[in-house]
Amino acid sequence: MNVRLLKVLVLAVASLGVGLATFSLGSSGIADTSQGTPDPARRLKSVSEFQSIADAGTRSRALFVEAAKVITDPRCINCHPMNRQPTQGDSMHPHVPLMNAGGGAGPGIGPDGLMCSACHRAENSPAIPGSRVGSVPGNAHWSLAPVSMGWQKQTLGYICRQLKDPTRNGNRSLTQIHRHTIEDHLVGWAWHPGEGRRPAPGTQEEFSALIGAWIETGAECPS
Amino acid sequence: MPYALNVNGKSYSVDVDGDIPLLWVVRDVIGLTGTKFGCGIAMCGACTVHLSGQAVRSCITPVEDAANFDITTIEALGDAELGARVQKAWLEEEVVQCGYCQSGQIMSAAALLALNSKPTDEDIDSVMAGNICRCGTYPRIRSAIKLASSREG
Repeated sequence: MNVRLLKVLVLAVASLGVGLATFSLGSSGIADTSQGTPDPARRLKSVSEFQSIADAGTRSRALFVEAAKVITDPRCINCHPMNRQPTQGDSMHPHVPLMNAGGGAGPGIGPDGLMCSACHRAENSPAIPGSRVGSVPGNAHWSLAPVSMGWQKQTLGYICRQLKDPTRNGNRSLTQIHRHTIEDHLVGWAWHPGEGRRPAPGTQEEFSALIGAWIETGAECPS
Repeated sequence: MPYALNVNGKSYSVDVDGDIPLLWVVRDVIGLTGTKFGCGIAMCGACTVHLSGQAVRSCITPVEDAANFDITTIEALGDAELGARVQKAWLEEEVVQCGYCQSGQIMSAAALLALNSKPTDEDIDSVMAGNICRCGTYPRIRSAIKLASSREG
Protein backbone atom coordinates (compact mmCIF):
# COMPACT_ATOMS: atom_id res chain seq x y z
CA MET A 1 0.00 0.00 0.00
CA ASN A 2 1.49 3.30 -0.92
CA VAL A 3 2.24 5.85 1.75
CA ARG A 4 -0.30 8.39 0.59
CA LEU A 5 -3.13 5.88 0.58
CA LEU A 6 -2.17 4.65 4.03
CA LYS A 7 -2.12 8.17 5.42
CA VAL A 8 -5.46 9.00 3.90
CA LEU A 9 -7.04 5.93 5.41
CA VAL A 10 -5.51 6.44 8.84
CA LEU A 11 -6.35 10.10 9.06
CA ALA A 12 -9.80 9.61 7.59
CA VAL A 13 -10.61 7.29 10.47
CA ALA A 14 -9.03 9.65 12.99
CA SER A 15 -11.01 12.61 11.81
CA LEU A 16 -14.46 11.16 11.43
CA GLY A 17 -15.75 13.88 13.71
CA VAL A 18 -15.09 16.52 11.10
CA GLY A 19 -15.85 14.37 8.12
CA LEU A 20 -18.60 14.74 5.63
CA ALA A 21 -21.47 14.23 8.03
CA THR A 22 -22.35 17.88 7.70
CA PHE A 23 -22.91 17.73 3.96
CA SER A 24 -26.25 17.07 2.37
CA LEU A 25 -25.26 15.17 -0.69
CA GLY A 26 -28.57 13.61 -1.56
CA SER A 27 -29.09 10.02 -2.54
CA SER A 28 -27.00 10.36 -5.65
CA GLY A 29 -24.05 11.77 -3.70
CA ILE A 30 -21.53 13.91 -5.45
CA ALA A 31 -19.85 11.21 -7.44
CA ASP A 32 -19.85 11.32 -11.19
CA THR A 33 -20.42 8.41 -13.48
CA SER A 34 -17.31 6.31 -13.72
CA GLN A 35 -15.32 6.23 -16.88
CA GLY A 36 -15.52 2.84 -18.48
CA THR A 37 -16.14 1.31 -21.86
CA PRO A 38 -17.38 4.04 -24.22
CA ASP A 39 -21.15 4.01 -24.42
CA PRO A 40 -22.28 3.61 -28.05
CA ALA A 41 -25.23 5.85 -27.24
CA ARG A 42 -22.78 8.64 -26.44
CA ARG A 43 -20.95 8.65 -29.75
CA LEU A 44 -21.16 11.64 -32.04
CA LYS A 45 -22.29 11.20 -35.62
CA SER A 46 -19.66 12.12 -38.15
CA VAL A 47 -20.19 15.02 -40.54
CA SER A 48 -20.52 12.58 -43.43
CA GLU A 49 -23.60 11.07 -41.84
CA PHE A 50 -25.42 14.36 -42.51
CA GLN A 51 -24.61 14.52 -46.21
CA SER A 52 -27.89 12.87 -47.12
CA ILE A 53 -29.79 15.92 -45.90
CA ALA A 54 -30.19 17.85 -49.11
CA ASP A 55 -31.30 21.19 -47.74
CA ALA A 56 -28.29 23.10 -46.40
CA GLY A 57 -30.27 24.90 -43.72
CA THR A 58 -31.82 21.70 -42.45
CA ARG A 59 -28.42 20.02 -42.53
CA SER A 60 -26.89 22.94 -40.63
CA ARG A 61 -29.49 22.73 -37.89
CA ALA A 62 -29.03 18.96 -37.65
CA LEU A 63 -25.27 19.40 -37.33
CA PHE A 64 -25.75 21.88 -34.50
CA VAL A 65 -28.17 19.60 -32.67
CA GLU A 66 -25.56 16.84 -32.86
CA ALA A 67 -22.78 19.13 -31.63
CA ALA A 68 -25.05 20.27 -28.83
CA LYS A 69 -24.77 16.81 -27.28
CA VAL A 70 -21.38 18.10 -26.16
CA ILE A 71 -22.43 21.66 -25.37
CA THR A 72 -25.21 20.47 -23.08
CA ASP A 73 -23.20 17.68 -21.50
CA PRO A 74 -22.59 18.21 -17.76
CA ARG A 75 -18.83 18.38 -18.38
CA CYS A 76 -19.45 21.62 -20.26
CA ILE A 77 -22.71 23.09 -19.05
CA ASN A 78 -21.96 22.72 -15.32
CA CYS A 79 -19.84 25.85 -15.65
CA HIS A 80 -22.28 27.68 -17.95
CA PRO A 81 -25.09 28.48 -15.47
CA MET A 82 -27.42 31.44 -15.82
CA ASN A 83 -26.33 32.71 -12.41
CA ARG A 84 -22.85 32.72 -10.88
CA GLN A 85 -23.15 29.37 -9.17
CA PRO A 86 -21.64 26.34 -10.88
CA THR A 87 -23.22 22.93 -10.71
CA GLN A 88 -21.52 19.58 -10.29
CA GLY A 89 -21.75 16.00 -11.43
CA ASP A 90 -23.98 14.32 -13.96
CA SER A 91 -26.93 15.24 -11.75
CA MET A 92 -25.91 18.91 -12.01
CA HIS A 93 -26.46 19.53 -8.33
CA PRO A 94 -25.25 22.83 -6.83
CA HIS A 95 -21.50 22.98 -6.36
CA VAL A 96 -20.28 21.73 -2.98
CA PRO A 97 -19.21 23.89 -1.25
CA LEU A 98 -21.69 26.47 -2.42
CA MET A 99 -19.73 28.70 -4.75
CA ASN A 100 -20.46 32.17 -6.05
CA ALA A 101 -17.83 32.56 -8.72
CA GLY A 102 -18.40 36.25 -9.37
CA GLY A 103 -17.09 37.70 -12.57
CA GLY A 104 -20.25 38.53 -14.46
CA ALA A 105 -19.12 40.19 -17.67
CA GLY A 106 -15.92 38.13 -17.60
CA PRO A 107 -15.00 34.67 -16.40
CA GLY A 108 -15.77 33.96 -12.75
CA ILE A 109 -12.76 32.80 -10.77
CA GLY A 110 -14.31 32.88 -7.31
CA PRO A 111 -14.62 35.54 -4.63
CA ASP A 112 -11.66 37.22 -2.99
CA GLY A 113 -10.42 34.68 -0.47
CA LEU A 114 -11.91 31.59 -2.11
CA MET A 115 -10.83 31.50 -5.71
CA CYS A 116 -11.65 28.46 -7.84
CA SER A 117 -7.93 27.65 -7.74
CA ALA A 118 -8.17 27.04 -3.99
CA CYS A 119 -9.26 23.55 -5.02
CA HIS A 120 -9.08 23.36 -8.82
CA ARG A 121 -5.40 23.26 -9.66
CA ALA A 122 -3.76 23.38 -13.09
CA GLU A 123 -4.42 19.68 -13.71
CA ASN A 124 -6.91 17.09 -12.54
CA SER A 125 -6.00 15.81 -9.11
CA PRO A 126 -5.28 12.11 -8.67
CA ALA A 127 -8.16 9.92 -7.62
CA ILE A 128 -8.99 10.18 -3.93
CA PRO A 129 -8.97 6.68 -2.42
CA GLY A 130 -12.22 5.65 -0.86
CA SER A 131 -14.03 8.85 -1.81
CA ARG A 132 -17.22 9.21 -3.81
CA VAL A 133 -15.83 12.44 -5.24
CA GLY A 134 -13.49 10.52 -7.50
CA SER A 135 -11.06 13.37 -8.09
CA VAL A 136 -11.02 17.15 -8.11
CA PRO A 137 -10.94 18.37 -11.71
CA GLY A 138 -8.40 20.95 -12.74
CA ASN A 139 -7.22 23.10 -15.61
CA ALA A 140 -5.04 26.18 -15.78
CA HIS A 141 -8.02 28.22 -17.01
CA TRP A 142 -10.60 26.78 -14.64
CA SER A 143 -13.36 29.37 -14.31
CA LEU A 144 -17.07 29.98 -14.73
CA ALA A 145 -18.28 31.19 -18.10
CA PRO A 146 -19.39 34.84 -18.24
CA VAL A 147 -23.05 35.59 -17.63
CA SER A 148 -23.64 36.19 -21.34
CA MET A 149 -22.63 32.59 -22.02
CA GLY A 150 -25.11 31.01 -19.62
CA TRP A 151 -26.67 27.89 -21.16
CA GLN A 152 -28.38 25.98 -18.37
CA LYS A 153 -32.12 25.38 -18.91
CA GLN A 154 -31.99 27.22 -22.24
CA THR A 155 -33.20 25.87 -25.58
CA LEU A 156 -30.74 24.79 -28.24
CA GLY A 157 -31.97 27.71 -30.32
CA TYR A 158 -31.05 30.15 -27.56
CA ILE A 159 -27.61 28.57 -27.11
CA CYS A 160 -27.01 28.57 -30.86
CA ARG A 161 -27.90 32.24 -31.22
CA GLN A 162 -25.72 33.11 -28.24
CA LEU A 163 -22.76 31.33 -29.78
CA LYS A 164 -23.15 33.37 -32.97
CA ASP A 165 -23.65 36.73 -31.27
CA PRO A 166 -20.35 38.64 -30.84
CA THR A 167 -21.92 40.73 -28.08
CA ARG A 168 -22.49 37.55 -26.08
CA ASN A 169 -19.73 35.19 -27.25
CA GLY A 170 -16.63 37.12 -26.24
CA ASN A 171 -16.54 39.11 -29.50
CA ARG A 172 -15.61 36.05 -31.52
CA SER A 173 -16.21 35.48 -35.21
CA LEU A 174 -17.55 32.11 -36.30
CA THR A 175 -14.03 31.21 -37.45
CA GLN A 176 -12.77 32.01 -33.99
CA ILE A 177 -15.57 29.99 -32.44
CA HIS A 178 -14.49 27.03 -34.54
CA ARG A 179 -10.84 27.51 -33.58
CA HIS A 180 -11.92 27.77 -29.94
CA THR A 181 -13.44 24.30 -30.14
CA ILE A 182 -10.22 22.93 -31.60
CA GLU A 183 -7.59 24.63 -29.48
CA ASP A 184 -9.00 25.77 -26.16
CA HIS A 185 -7.58 23.78 -23.25
CA LEU A 186 -10.68 24.14 -21.14
CA VAL A 187 -12.89 22.90 -23.99
CA GLY A 188 -10.51 19.96 -24.37
CA TRP A 189 -10.79 19.15 -20.68
CA ALA A 190 -14.32 17.88 -21.32
CA TRP A 191 -12.83 14.73 -22.85
CA HIS A 192 -10.16 14.38 -20.16
CA PRO A 193 -12.16 15.12 -17.01
CA GLY A 194 -10.22 13.01 -14.53
CA GLU A 195 -10.91 9.79 -12.76
CA GLY A 196 -14.46 9.04 -11.73
CA ARG A 197 -15.98 11.45 -14.19
CA ARG A 198 -17.65 10.65 -17.54
CA PRO A 199 -16.19 12.46 -20.55
CA ALA A 200 -18.30 14.47 -22.98
CA PRO A 201 -19.74 12.49 -25.92
CA GLY A 202 -17.54 11.57 -28.86
CA THR A 203 -14.14 13.19 -29.24
CA GLN A 204 -12.99 16.78 -29.41
CA GLU A 205 -12.03 16.26 -33.06
CA GLU A 206 -15.52 15.01 -33.94
CA PHE A 207 -17.10 17.90 -32.05
CA SER A 208 -14.90 20.45 -33.81
CA ALA A 209 -15.69 18.91 -37.17
CA LEU A 210 -19.42 19.20 -36.48
CA ILE A 211 -19.05 22.86 -35.49
CA GLY A 212 -16.96 23.51 -38.60
CA ALA A 213 -19.56 21.87 -40.82
CA TRP A 214 -22.35 23.77 -39.05
CA ILE A 215 -20.59 27.04 -39.86
CA GLU A 216 -19.92 26.02 -43.48
CA THR A 217 -23.60 25.26 -43.97
CA GLY A 218 -24.68 28.68 -42.79
CA ALA A 219 -24.62 28.30 -39.01
CA GLU A 220 -28.38 27.88 -38.92
CA CYS A 221 -30.02 27.62 -35.53
CA PRO A 222 -32.83 25.36 -34.33
CA SER A 223 -35.94 27.22 -33.30
CA MET B 1 12.92 14.14 -5.79
CA PRO B 2 13.92 17.11 -3.64
CA TYR B 3 11.69 20.17 -3.68
CA ALA B 4 12.74 23.56 -2.34
CA LEU B 5 9.92 25.03 -0.30
CA ASN B 6 9.57 28.38 1.41
CA VAL B 7 7.35 27.83 4.43
CA ASN B 8 6.71 30.66 6.85
CA GLY B 9 9.79 32.48 5.63
CA LYS B 10 12.13 29.52 6.08
CA SER B 11 13.67 27.41 3.33
CA TYR B 12 13.20 23.67 3.35
CA SER B 13 14.38 20.94 1.02
CA VAL B 14 11.98 18.01 1.09
CA ASP B 15 12.64 14.75 -0.72
CA VAL B 16 9.16 13.52 -1.60
CA ASP B 17 7.14 12.52 -4.64
CA GLY B 18 5.78 15.53 -6.50
CA ASP B 19 2.18 14.41 -6.21
CA ILE B 20 2.26 14.14 -2.41
CA PRO B 21 -0.26 16.67 -1.06
CA LEU B 22 1.29 19.74 0.50
CA LEU B 23 -0.59 18.93 3.72
CA TRP B 24 1.46 15.76 4.30
CA VAL B 25 4.69 17.62 3.71
CA VAL B 26 3.80 20.48 6.03
CA ARG B 27 2.63 18.17 8.83
CA ASP B 28 4.75 15.04 8.54
CA VAL B 29 7.97 16.17 6.88
CA ILE B 30 8.36 19.72 8.17
CA GLY B 31 6.50 19.07 11.41
CA LEU B 32 4.07 21.98 11.42
CA THR B 33 0.91 20.35 12.72
CA GLY B 34 -1.29 23.41 13.10
CA THR B 35 -2.77 22.74 9.67
CA LYS B 36 -5.38 20.01 10.03
CA PHE B 37 -6.58 17.09 7.98
CA GLY B 38 -10.36 17.20 7.79
CA CYS B 39 -11.92 15.48 4.82
CA GLY B 40 -9.00 15.01 2.45
CA ILE B 41 -11.13 15.96 -0.55
CA ALA B 42 -11.11 19.77 -0.46
CA MET B 43 -14.60 19.92 0.98
CA CYS B 44 -14.14 21.11 4.55
CA GLY B 45 -11.35 23.71 4.51
CA ALA B 46 -9.54 22.49 7.64
CA CYS B 47 -6.30 22.17 5.67
CA THR B 48 -6.30 25.73 4.31
CA VAL B 49 -2.89 27.39 3.90
CA HIS B 50 -1.78 30.38 1.85
CA LEU B 51 0.27 30.22 -1.33
CA SER B 52 1.60 33.73 -1.79
CA GLY B 53 -1.42 35.04 0.08
CA GLN B 54 -4.07 32.99 -1.71
CA ALA B 55 -6.01 30.43 0.28
CA VAL B 56 -5.67 26.88 -1.04
CA ARG B 57 -6.68 23.46 0.22
CA SER B 58 -3.39 21.79 0.98
CA CYS B 59 -4.92 18.30 1.09
CA ILE B 60 -5.27 18.25 -2.68
CA THR B 61 -2.46 20.61 -3.68
CA PRO B 62 0.48 18.59 -4.98
CA VAL B 63 3.73 19.70 -3.36
CA GLU B 64 5.21 20.31 -6.81
CA ASP B 65 2.54 23.01 -7.36
CA ALA B 66 3.57 24.79 -4.17
CA ALA B 67 7.28 24.97 -4.81
CA ASN B 68 7.18 28.35 -6.51
CA PHE B 69 5.12 30.12 -3.87
CA ASP B 70 5.62 31.55 -0.42
CA ILE B 71 3.73 29.11 1.79
CA THR B 72 2.15 30.42 4.98
CA THR B 73 0.60 28.20 7.61
CA ILE B 74 -1.30 29.05 10.77
CA GLU B 75 1.95 28.94 12.76
CA ALA B 76 3.20 32.12 11.09
CA LEU B 77 -0.03 33.90 10.23
CA GLY B 78 0.25 36.07 13.33
CA ASP B 79 3.64 37.40 12.25
CA ALA B 80 1.85 39.78 9.90
CA GLU B 81 -0.34 42.61 11.19
CA LEU B 82 -3.47 41.33 9.50
CA GLY B 83 -3.01 37.78 10.73
CA ALA B 84 -2.42 38.96 14.27
CA ARG B 85 -5.50 41.18 14.07
CA VAL B 86 -7.65 38.26 12.95
CA GLN B 87 -6.33 35.98 15.68
CA LYS B 88 -6.92 38.64 18.34
CA ALA B 89 -10.50 39.08 17.14
CA TRP B 90 -10.94 35.31 17.27
CA LEU B 91 -9.88 35.28 20.91
CA GLU B 92 -12.03 38.25 21.87
CA GLU B 93 -15.12 36.77 20.25
CA GLU B 94 -14.30 33.37 21.79
CA VAL B 95 -15.00 31.78 18.44
CA VAL B 96 -13.47 28.41 19.10
CA GLN B 97 -15.42 25.47 20.46
CA CYS B 98 -13.66 22.17 19.74
CA GLY B 99 -11.16 24.06 17.61
CA TYR B 100 -10.29 21.44 15.02
CA CYS B 101 -11.42 23.48 12.03
CA GLN B 102 -10.31 26.83 13.34
CA SER B 103 -6.84 27.08 11.84
CA GLY B 104 -8.45 26.65 8.44
CA GLN B 105 -11.21 29.12 9.33
CA ILE B 106 -8.66 31.74 10.38
CA MET B 107 -6.53 31.21 7.27
CA SER B 108 -9.59 31.71 5.05
CA ALA B 109 -10.70 34.76 7.02
CA ALA B 110 -7.26 36.33 6.67
CA ALA B 111 -7.21 35.62 2.93
CA LEU B 112 -10.62 37.28 2.63
CA LEU B 113 -9.61 40.40 4.58
CA ALA B 114 -6.34 40.73 2.67
CA LEU B 115 -8.32 41.27 -0.52
CA ASN B 116 -11.53 42.70 0.86
CA SER B 117 -10.91 44.78 3.98
CA LYS B 118 -14.59 45.63 4.53
CA PRO B 119 -16.52 42.49 3.63
CA THR B 120 -20.30 42.43 3.79
CA ASP B 121 -22.21 39.55 5.35
CA GLU B 122 -22.68 38.20 1.83
CA ASP B 123 -18.95 38.46 1.10
CA ILE B 124 -18.17 36.59 4.31
CA ASP B 125 -20.72 33.87 3.60
CA SER B 126 -19.43 33.53 0.05
CA VAL B 127 -15.84 32.88 1.11
CA MET B 128 -16.36 31.08 4.39
CA ALA B 129 -18.85 28.63 2.81
CA GLY B 130 -15.82 26.53 1.98
CA ASN B 131 -14.91 26.03 5.64
CA ILE B 132 -17.06 23.64 7.62
CA CYS B 133 -17.45 23.88 11.41
CA ARG B 134 -19.23 20.96 13.00
CA CYS B 135 -19.61 22.89 16.25
CA GLY B 136 -21.57 25.53 14.38
CA THR B 137 -19.46 28.52 15.34
CA TYR B 138 -20.45 30.37 12.19
CA PRO B 139 -22.09 33.40 13.89
CA ARG B 140 -18.98 33.96 15.99
CA ILE B 141 -16.74 33.49 12.97
CA ARG B 142 -18.68 36.21 11.19
CA SER B 143 -18.49 38.47 14.24
CA ALA B 144 -14.74 37.98 14.54
CA ILE B 145 -14.18 38.78 10.88
CA LYS B 146 -16.23 41.97 11.27
CA LEU B 147 -14.32 42.89 14.43
CA ALA B 148 -10.98 42.37 12.69
CA SER B 149 -12.24 44.38 9.73
CA SER B 150 -13.30 47.26 11.98
CA ARG B 151 -9.79 47.52 13.36
CA GLU B 152 -8.04 47.92 10.04
CA GLY B 153 -5.00 50.10 10.66
